[in-house]
Amino acid sequence: MSSYPALTFTDHGIYCAAGDFYIDPWRPVERALITHGHADHARSGHQSYLATNAALPVMRHRLGEITAQGVPYGDVVTIGDAQVSFHPAGHVPGSAQIRVEVAGEIWVASGDYKTEDDGLSEPFEPQRCHHFITESTFGLPVFRWQPQAQIAREINDWWAACAAAGKTAFLGAYALGKAQRLLTMLNADIGPILTHGAVEATNKVLRAQGIDLPETVHATAEIDPKAYPGALVLAPPSALGSAWARKFGAQENAFASGWMQLRGVRRRRAGDRGFVISDHADWQGLLDTIRETGAENIYVTHGYTDIFTRYLVENGWNAQVVPTEFEGETLDTEGKE
Amino acid sequence: MKHFAALFNAIDHSTKTTVKVSALADYFAEAPDMDRMWTMALFSGRRPKRAVTTTKLREWAAEEARIPLWLFEESYPIVGDLAETIALVLPPNETSSDESLSHWINALRALASVEEEDRKAAVLQAWAQLGGTERFVFNKLITGGFRMGVSQKLMTRALSRATDKSEAELAHRLMGNWHPDDTTWEALIEAEDASADASRPYPFYLAYALEDGPDALGAPEDWRAEWKWDGIRGQLILRDGQHFVWSRGEELMTDRFPELARAVDFLPSGTVLDGELLVWHPQTESPASFNALQRRIGRKTVPKKLLAEAPVVLHAYDLLEWEGADMRETPFAERRAVLERACADLPAEAPVRLSPQLDFDSWEDLAEVRSVARDENAEGLMLKRADSPYLVGRKKGDWWKWKLDPLTIDAVMIYAQAGHGRRANLFTDFTFAVWNGNDLVPFTKAYSGLTDAEFREITKWVRKNTLQRFGPVRQVTPHHVFEIAFEGIQASPRHKSGVALRFPRMSRWRQDKPLQEANTLDDLNDMLRIYG
Repeated sequence: MSSYPALTFTDHGIYCAAGDFYIDPWRPVERALITHGHADHARSGHQSYLATNAALPVMRHRLGEITAQGVPYGDVVTIGDAQVSFHPAGHVPGSAQIRVEVAGEIWVASGDYKTEDDGLSEPFEPQRCHHFITESTFGLPVFRWQPQAQIAREINDWWAACAAAGKTAFLGAYALGKAQRLLTMLNADIGPILTHGAVEATNKVLRAQGIDLPETVHATAEIDPKAYPGALVLAPPSALGSAWARKFGAQENAFASGWMQLRGVRRRRAGDRGFVISDHADWQGLLDTIRETGAENIYVTHGYTDIFTRYLVENGWNAQVVPTEFEGETLDTEGKE
Repeated sequence: MKHFAALFNAIDHSTKTTVKVSALADYFAEAPDMDRMWTMALFSGRRPKRAVTTTKLREWAAEEARIPLWLFEESYPIVGDLAETIALVLPPNETSSDESLSHWINALRALASVEEEDRKAAVLQAWAQLGGTERFVFNKLITGGFRMGVSQKLMTRALSRATDKSEAELAHRLMGNWHPDDTTWEALIEAEDASADASRPYPFYLAYALEDGPDALGAPEDWRAEWKWDGIRGQLILRDGQHFVWSRGEELMTDRFPELARAVDFLPSGTVLDGELLVWHPQTESPASFNALQRRIGRKTVPKKLLAEAPVVLHAYDLLEWEGADMRETPFAERRAVLERACADLPAEAPVRLSPQLDFDSWEDLAEVRSVARDENAEGLMLKRADSPYLVGRKKGDWWKWKLDPLTIDAVMIYAQAGHGRRANLFTDFTFAVWNGNDLVPFTKAYSGLTDAEFREITKWVRKNTLQRFGPVRQVTPHHVFEIAFEGIQASPRHKSGVALRFPRMSRWRQDKPLQEANTLDDLNDMLRIYG
């Protein structure tokens, strides 16, 4: 074992001295290893980027001209004195946990992750390690996700009821990841699926890298809403109720988010419906993962950090809160997209 | 319970009144009598008595969820609702149940009379049999406070649709003391003569606020004006030699205001008055400020000393029943004339006074009268159309309240706290301070008045400008100035600033105002001298 930790937490982000690189840094650095393409993890301004092959297309789409290198999942890359590999995080297509080994000491920075196989993202693979950096977005026992198939039924039932009532169903979700996951859950027999520009742009990138998504129609300002009776429109939450959305006439709004578990949050958003579906681990998912890593040292980043850490400490882990600038799943439309 | 849970979901999953009303109307048309009786009871605030303490419920829920109690307690404020927190932390239900709403209500009412051990067993069994919304509803029934976004008005509308009776008639039938144990659907809703209960009040008529002044109301001579008192709205019922006092919230307040018992000595049986309960200064023959009344609010029994110091009088401004006849269809001016005759010869010791009518020839006249309302301890004026009937509920058109503008002061935000429930991940509860030399002295909290967008903006700012944390409270950099509007001010030794405000809220975010230009403690004390 080395005499100093392989990863440290700095004001620029998670740093590896042995390899002189950062993981998901929030200030510009020379070398950035990126877990996934969401804006709070993949920021602009770094001199070079390293991510999974599957994550790169979205990053290039969002960050423009970047100097970036891709690696396959599981391949070990040597950077300085560090052995680095990327492993599926199950969060969104291309997302990874980053495993760093320095002189026998193993760290895993998990970024954002979920444990349920969503049929779209590379399924989560827990990694044995000594030190595990975990998010805690939904780190409270009130968060317990239902199986995806059940949520799919709820959404399709709602859509069918909207269609029967002659209303357009607007479903609000993150443009990267959640929207595509929902696409694979929708029953296209109910009606046409329309997309907001932000969602369609991401669809295009993912399709180009070989990900199979159902047929969608880009709902531009020019299309005639009346030509799509019984449609479901997938859009970022901020677009619901906008002038663009109102063109569709009679409509129902719904949000798809882990926060919809809380009745109060759903009601504040004034969405008619909320579907409880998240790309983050629920309470049990977080605890199961931490057990499966075998790690004794747990670093808790974004979410209910204080509460979750206290629980881990009481149950025998050497856990601590680490302040970061990651945001997890937010309801504020300016949060991630 | 499945049927009721489905109703709950239908109501909860929509923000549209029409959807809620039709879901409820369908339920009323189909549900068994006992279930619809209980549904009406729940939506009109008649919930079963709480049979289990919330302390026990929290303990049992944490135990069943296999989490430490502190973790439950930390989760509760984030969820914002105890019944919901319990429903969410518990493991998924093992079996299900086809029992009805009434069955579960009776089951939990039975808990009151059994040993704690059995009580716990029964609650755990219910949790194991009820999942999702059913479990949440059950918890709501145990913890009381059953509110789900349907007002009594909407419930009455749905009932009207299901029964083909008018909303006004149903509203009247649903007033007063009924309970599912003592009456039936047939007797309460269907029967021809629904006037069996001597204590039954009439539904109150409520005014809308007049936002832009009275010019749009038409000719001044069509209107009557009174002080808008700052007291407790009440209905005094004199029937069969008995008296009853009802609050606007349909709470029976007879025992809280024992001085009104003497009304039976001065007014005939078969009289129902609408008016305002105010503390009366016999020396000055004038009503005291709301601060005096506050000592009486919430007291179920009144000590003699308090009764002498803060005697309450009903200021009558409408007559709903006279000589046993419903007067509500009679035009206001005629009702008023009868009321004036009835109150004409009341002696000083009678606990009823006529609320005076104010003379005016033009709206300009009236505006001047209004400007001195605070001197009368009134909060503005009431305008009533002379030929209007006494309607049910809040209706636009015939009654208006023309309130004084609130008092305002510019203050600095110094502490912020996250809200709960609807506002769980926003900072919405703030503490404000005024200058005292170079110090900022906290003097009030406020948590309403901003838009959701403004709350989101201030929340981002609070996260970045936290100086210190005290549990859930964050001390923030003094920077933002808000205009605080309030309805009254009184001296309060319990507060550091020495004052307490009535109904404080944020009326404007003064982004234009530099920190140093916020008001001072001296300004606040000046207001206390003038309005306290």
